[in-house]
Amino acid sequence: MNKTDVLIIGAGPTGLFCAHQLGIIGLSCEIVDNLDKAGGQCIELYPDKPIYDIPAIPECTGEELTNNLIKQIKPFNVKFHLNERVEELKKVENRWHVKTSGNKEFDVASIVIAGGVGSFEPRKFPLKECEKFEGNSLFYSIKDKTIFKDKTISIFGGGDSALDWAIELSNTSKVNLIHRRDGFSGAESSVQKVKELHEQGKLNLYTKYQINSVLGDDKIDLIKIKHDDGEIKEFKTDYVLGFFGLIMQLGPILDWGLNISKKTIEVNTENFETNIDGIFAIGDICSYPGKLKLILSGFHEGALAARGCFKYAKPDEKLRFEFTTTSKAAQERLGVKK
Amino acid sequence: MAKITYNTHDNKTHSIDVQNGLSVMEGAVQNDIPGIDADCGGGMACATCHVYVKEKWLDKLPAKEDGEEDMLDMAFEPKQNSRLSCQLIVSDELDGLVVNIPSKQG
Repeated sequence: MNKTDVLIIGAGPTGLFCAHQLGIIGLSCEIVDNLDKAGGQCIELYPDKPIYDIPAIPECTGEELTNNLIKQIKPFNVKFHLNERVEELKKVENRWHVKTSGNKEFDVASIVIAGGVGSFEPRKFPLKECEKFEGNSLFYSIKDKTIFKDKTISIFGGGDSALDWAIELSNTSKVNLIHRRDGFSGAESSVQKVKELHEQGKLNLYTKYQINSVLGDDKIDLIKIKHDDGEIKEFKTDYVLGFFGLIMQLGPILDWGLNISKKTIEVNTENFETNIDGIFAIGDICSYPGKLKLILSGFHEGALAARGCFKYAKPDEKLRFEFTTTSKAAQERLGVKK
Repeated sequence: MAKITYNTHDNKTHSIDVQNGLSVMEGAVQNDIPGIDADCGGGMACATCHVYVKEKWLDKLPAKEDGEEDMLDMAFEPKQNSRLSCQLIVSDELDGLVVNIPSKQG
């Protein structure tokens, strides 16, 4: 059981800055995120795109913003729990117990949900019948590539994941790469490599085709793909891999009894607490009259939510408002006191 | 102002007057038309505002910018007439536009 003052759900810019604000006022926190790295949408959707509306920073990329926020919370030694999605929530006396997908448990005084538009999950095939093969012969990510040796693999997608795996697996497997158009969004060098492998007969490339059906008993045996002009091809395959990027889903948070409308959580604007005492929501996931989905709004919301957490973590103490320029306590926490 | 018709997956038709300058996505979101999620808020970063445009309108729309086709690779069941509705800015010329919303976005 991890015991800390506050559990932050989501390691995007809003969650990271909230950790800073908690640290400044002397509260401890840990952060859970379903991605394998901190940064949220900034790192997953637009790491290289410049952002122009962070106060006092004329221009920075999503990646630079994330790195700077991580640097800013360094003094507080915040513990990250990545690749974990929060699942269960339980009230135990006046504290909250939270359990994650990887069975990590937390015992906290309050919770700050900074979950953006939800946790990132792989986008799946549109066909219903794909579900029954998921995890045995159909995958959206690869954990153990050795199972593909000497097998026939059909890979769908046109981004870097699809191209990289097609190239790598073509060494040891028979690979079909299927994509809905002639253009690819992956790196140009990978596109060239795939085309070379195709010309050398080391990989079969099918463009302007999409999945049509998947057949098999326990495992996939045969797939059909359909060309833009209606022609259908079928071939035997042992495994199907789909790489269509990630989609955001609210997941188990939906069942926590929060007031949710239009995939956002209602909060008050005094301290960004939800309808449940001790659970706060900040950033893109919260809604209130006038809400702007800007990173700078998330920073403000995190600062107020952090102060809202104080009374739950330290019910017998009074929080005094202080500036980091002059507060000895804050400077000690930051490790900068002369 | 342009009248935009959104056909949702439940076979309902919603005809809405959308102000010039808003996107077809915003017209849907502001009027609670189901099926357009627009998770990234119009940043061409998520493909959850994907629509099928009625064929006769296709060449009247602004051309796809770099990146829109890449995002459409990620959309649910993309077709020849797929567009991201956040990239379709409403003007008088789009009066009468008809879009079909896919059965789901993810």
